[in-house]
Amino acid sequence: MGKRSRWIAATLAVVLGGSLAACGSATGPPVLTWFINPDAGGQAVIAEDCTAKSGGAYRIDVSTLPRDASSQREQLARRLAANDSGIDLMSLDPPFIAELAEPGFLAPVPADVAERVSQNVVKGALAGATWRDELVAVPFWANTQLLWYRKSVAEKAGLDMSKPVTWDQLIDVARTSNVDLAVQGAKAESLTVWINALIESAGGQIITDQGVRASEVKLGLTSPAGEEAAKIIGTIGKEGLGGPGLPTADENASLTLFQSDSGSFMVNWPFVWSAMNAAVEAGTLDASFLKDVGWTMYPRTSADKPSAPPYGGINLGVGAFSKNVDLAYQAAECIVTPEHQAEYFVTNGNPASNTTAYDDPAVQKAFPMATLIRDSLQASAPRPQTPYYNEVSLGLQETWHPPSAVDPATTPQVATDLITAVLAGDRLL
Amino acid sequence: MTTTSTAAGAVKANTETATDRQSGRPRKRRSDRARAEARLGWWLAGPAFFLMLAVTLYPILQAVYDSLFRYRLTAPDDRAFVGLNNYAVVLSDPVFWQATLITVLITVVTVLVEVVLGFALALVMHRAIKQLRGLLRTVILVPYGIITVVSAFAWFYMFDINSGFVNSWFSWVPGINADLNWFASQGTSLFVIIASEVWKTTPFISLLLLAGLAQVSGDLEEAAQVDGASWWQRLQRVVLPNMKAAIMVAVLFRALDAFRIFDNVFIMTNGANGTQVLSLLAYRTSIGRLEIGLGSAISVLLFLCVILICFVAIKLFKVDLSSTRGEK
Repeated sequence: MGKRSRWIAATLAVVLGGSLAACGSATGPPVLTWFINPDAGGQAVIAEDCTAKSGGAYRIDVSTLPRDASSQREQLARRLAANDSGIDLMSLDPPFIAELAEPGFLAPVPADVAERVSQNVVKGALAGATWRDELVAVPFWANTQLLWYRKSVAEKAGLDMSKPVTWDQLIDVARTSNVDLAVQGAKAESLTVWINALIESAGGQIITDQGVRASEVKLGLTSPAGEEAAKIIGTIGKEGLGGPGLPTADENASLTLFQSDSGSFMVNWPFVWSAMNAAVEAGTLDASFLKDVGWTMYPRTSADKPSAPPYGGINLGVGAFSKNVDLAYQAAECIVTPEHQAEYFVTNGNPASNTTAYDDPAVQKAFPMATLIRDSLQASAPRPQTPYYNEVSLGLQETWHPPSAVDPATTPQVATDLITAVLAGDRLL
Repeated sequence: MTTTSTAAGAVKANTETATDRQSGRPRKRRSDRARAEARLGWWLAGPAFFLMLAVTLYPILQAVYDSLFRYRLTAPDDRAFVGLNNYAVVLSDPVFWQATLITVLITVVTVLVEVVLGFALALVMHRAIKQLRGLLRTVILVPYGIITVVSAFAWFYMFDINSGFVNSWFSWVPGINADLNWFASQGTSLFVIIASEVWKTTPFISLLLLAGLAQVSGDLEEAAQVDGASWWQRLQRVVLPNMKAAIMVAVLFRALDAFRIFDNVFIMTNGANGTQVLSLLAYRTSIGRLEIGLGSAISVLLFLCVILICFVAIKLFKVDLSSTRGEK
């Protein structure tokens, strides 16, 4: 029996060892693995280009992460917590950067690299790549939401779209013209995006004091800004101004609503422009519809304050356990050149974080609203930056959903109590 | 034997007593044949046994251990022993009890509906004429062959307010119209979740019940028929009592399965509108929030619930698992 089990162990060792060895790299330049979020293939093209330009210094292989941002975070956080040296470069969703930077999962950005990659970068993107006053990731592309509108609806309602509009004005139009506002009320990250933009636009902040420990985080929900945000969401929810699909509406559902007969105004990312154009090409959307679509800055929460539109996008992080940190930063610098950003913007519809990319004629042609996107990014505010972002976001979704149940008098307090208790480890989410 | 504390020893002891009971001889004087049989049994079952230990017992023990710590994956330095504090937090939180309640509700409703439907389907399959039997079984089994996530997505898109067709097909039913958002309130969300679960797993129950039906001797039914028993009386007095064991096994297996429901809820509502179930809560805590300690505590409690269901079924309802193998 002893002999046989040894034999079995030896076989297992050979099989396992062999398959592990197969994972190792063959001879050639060092391979950098870039974990990317799924896109229309643009990141893979950039990876090939940088590999060619490196002159044999490195080769970038892309590895695709799950589709939604929270699953991407789950996978990366688990791998990094296990000191995975196979992660060289990562495409990171900005809200989760603090969580990975705090425990040292991201390799520090060298000072000279930080200086080069910060030049001409829009404010929102710089803020989103910064944690505790240091740049911890390389800004790549930056996203922001615009207010998209049907010119015919705005005209009929007598709304002057050349001037900044407020949420109250949109609510009035929806009430009187019997149309639906396309906003994201689903119990998902998009709801946090909306809440944050409303509060930031009113001059408030979801997190007012970072603290050192989780239990020391101070929230700013129970402020006039927080109440104003709750009033807007509650009104749209209670009066059914977002249509019956509001409690389950994500960005794609909003676009569908916007294109329907009751469509009027929509807050959404610029991908909708590519999507609508693609729909016209595919013949599922009437070409005349595009002519009726207008765009302007994100709505204001209060009439006298400029709005702070949502900021999203992707920044590049370098894994702290990578064996090729220097090469990875070289590759990151290559990936984020304004040329690559402009090309990525045009081909994949993801706006650049570098302002010079917007001067590219191809960008201006594909996105007539490119200048507005740049301005919106300059004014944008990131979601609360904290290593406990997930708790804050889930806590908000738990208490601000469904939109029809949001009450300015109670919701901000209930949310504050829940999030504070969760951060202290006293409650579940 | 007493000095051996390994699991191997325990298994050996079991096989020995079994052999002894059959042969009726004192355990010390085993025949060569009995010993050879025991050894063969060990060789056949041993590898699987060890594999089971490695992939089930080890993670369970690890979870129990982790549940005693405050441990967040992205704050490895803050890890600290907190005793049973995680259990106190979980058990004192209404979120946990709400999730438990919803899980129990889904389990009870789906199992009840599935047993009734499954029995009807089993009767149809059992009585179907020979030529149709194969085709019928295949048709009935199709839903069970579909991956749960895929069926969850199919049901989700069917009922979705933007892409679904249910609202327009069933607009003649009172309460259903184009503006009905199924996934916006608790009742309608749970209805779709339960309906999809029933559609998906009824074939499983009906197969188990079909096996039970096949065990009921035709002679008994014929005798009852000769005595003038109606169809209903034969079903009630002859068929059902004779297949009680099969029914209980089917109920137990399905209850254990239904209690761990995850995919449907995850895809359709992700726990919104009070549809959170225990598995989803465990997932959200340990995978989503990366709170390994708290999440492990929930997992351990879920595990204890499953054990409780097994215990209740086997001890109180006397489910005899061997009956499915036709040993009774």
